Amino acid sequence: MRGRHVLGAVLALAALALAGCTGQQAVLDPRGPAAAHLAEFSWLLFWGGAAIFAFTMAMLAIGLVFTDWTKRTPPIRLVVWLGLAFPVVTLLALTVYTAAVGRWVDLGRGQDGGEPPLRVDVVGQQYWWEVTYHDGQGGTVTSANELNIPVGRRVEVHLASRDVIHSFWVPSLHGKMDLIPGRTNTITIQADTPGVIRGQCAEFCGEQHALMAFFVVAHESAAFEAWLAARRQPARVPEMPDLVAGQRAFLAAGCGSCHVVRGLAEGPYAAVGQLGPDLTHVGSRLSLAAGTLPNGVGPLAAWIADAQDLKPGNRMPSFHHLDSETLTSIARYLGSLE
Amino acid sequence: MARRGMPILAAALSWALAGCGEGPATANNTTGDLPRSHADPQAVAGGDAARGRAVLAGGTYGCGACHAIPGIDGARGTVGPPLHAMGLRAYVAGRLPNTPGNLVTWIENPRLVDPRSAMPATGITRAEATDVAAYLYTLRTLP
Ligand code: HEC
Repeated sequence: MRGRHVLGAVLALAALALAGCTGQQAVLDPRGPAAAHLAEFSWLLFWGGAAIFAFTMAMLAIGLVFTDWTKRTPPIRLVVWLGLAFPVVTLLALTVYTAAVGRWVDLGRGQDGGEPPLRVDVVGQQYWWEVTYHDGQGGTVTSANELNIPVGRRVEVHLASRDVIHSFWVPSLHGKMDLIPGRTNTITIQADTPGVIRGQCAEFCGEQHALMAFFVVAHESAAFEAWLAARRQPARVPEMPDLVAGQRAFLAAGCGSCHVVRGLAEGPYAAVGQLGPDLTHVGSRLSLAAGTLPNGVGPLAAWIADAQDLKPGNRMPSFHHLDSETLTSIARYLGSLE
Repeated sequence: MARRGMPILAAALSWALAGCGEGPATANNTTGDLPRSHADPQAVAGGDAARGRAVLAGGTYGCGACHAIPGIDGARGTVGPPLHAMGLRAYVAGRLPNTPGNLVTWIENPRLVDPRSAMPATGITRAEATDVAAYLYTLRTLP
C-alpha cells in the first residue's frame, strides 16, 4: 500500500516534469519524421540507461546483503559476462543503431523519384533570419523570421550567415545545424501536421542571441501554395488617406534605406535597403523582430519608437525623434501590409 | 502596581505600532486616505481585472512594449508613461478626468481623444479594454 503511494508520487512528479516537454518548441514533441527518430533514440538511451542503472544498483545490493553467495561465485565470471560481454554487445548494437538514425534523419538522402523538395534559403544575421523561398520555376520570394512550409513535403533549407556563427534549431522537426560565414550548410526538414511551432538560434551569437527566434508555420499543401502566391505579390497599395499618409511618412523617414517594400522601388525615397528584413507583407507575420513581440499596430509603434530599448544592440535605431502622429501612421501603414 | 501597568503599556504600544503597517492596498480601501479619483475596479461595469491582466500579459497589443505595468512580466516599455497607480490618477494621459468610461475610451482608441497622441489604436476590443481598465484600477501604489 505504501509502495503504491510512493509509485504514484513518482509518476505524478515525472508527469509534472514532462509537462514542459510538449508545446511549440519541444524536443520530445516531434512533428516530423526526423524529430520522431531523434525522440525515439533519446527515449531508448534514457530507458536503457535507467535499466542498466537499476541493474547495477541491484547487483550492489546483492553483493552487500548475500555475502555468502558472492563468496561462492568466482569473480572472473562476473567480469567476463557483465564487465566485458555485456558492454561490448550493447555498445556495438548502439553504434549500429546510431549510424542508422543518422541516415534516417537525413531526409535529403535517396528520395530521387519522389516530389522534389521545396528549397528555402535562410540567412542568419544579428539578430534575425532572412528567408527566401524558391518557387521551383526560377522565381524567389523573400521574407523574414518565419518559415512557412507545406506538410508532408521535404523542405531543403540552405543555411548561410552574414556575420557570425548562428545555429538553426526547430526542436520539433530536427536537430541543430550551424550557419557558418563563408559556407552553406543544408538541412532537410519535414513537418507531418499543420500548425505553428517555434525555432530558435542555438549558437550564442551576441547580445540579443536570446531574442533571435522564428516561427515555422506548416500549412496543408494547397494552403501553402496560396500563401506563396500571395507573398509573391508586391505590397498592398494603400487607399485610405490615413494609410497613404503612413506610406508617405514611412518613405520620408528613410525606412526604405534599410528595408525593402516590394512595389516601392521608384522615387527619391525608394524602399530597397538590404540591411533589415523585407517588410512587403510584414502585417501578416506572427511576430516582430524575430519573436521579440507579437505583431500588431501597438507593438509596431513600440518597436519603431524604441527598438534599442526593446532589443538593445540590434541594428535598428530607435526612431523617437518622429513626431507622434508620424509614428502611429507608419505603424498603421505597416500593419496594413498583409 | 508594576503588574497592573503592563497591559496598559502593551495597549499603548500596539496602538502606536498600528500606524506602521502599510494597510491593504486594495480597491476597497476607500476609508482613510481617499484616492484622488474615485476610480474603483468594481465601478468598471463588466470589467474583470483578472481577464484584463491576462490580456496585458499576452502582449498582443503591445501595451507592455510601451509602458511599464506593475504586475505584468516583461512590461517594461519606455515609450509611454509607466502605469503605476492608475487607480489613483486624477487624469488619463493628462487629458480626461480619470473615470472608468474615459479610461476605457482612451485604451480602446486614444485617437478619438487626441489624434496626435503617440499611443496608437491597437485594435483592442471594447470588452478587452474594459477588462484592462479594471486591472489598471487595481494599481494603487506608487513605485
Ligand atoms: C506605441 C506605444 C504605445 C502603445 C503600444 C500603448 N501605449 Fe499607452 N500610451 C503611450 C503614450 C506615448 C502615452 C502618453 C500619451 C499621451 O499623453 O498622449 C500613453 C498613455 C497611456 C495611458 C495614460 C497614462 C497616464 O499616465 O495617464 C494609459 C492608461 C495607457 N496608455 C494604456 C495603454 C494600454 C492598456 C495599451 C495596450 C492596449 C497601451 N497603452 C498601448 C504609448 C503607447
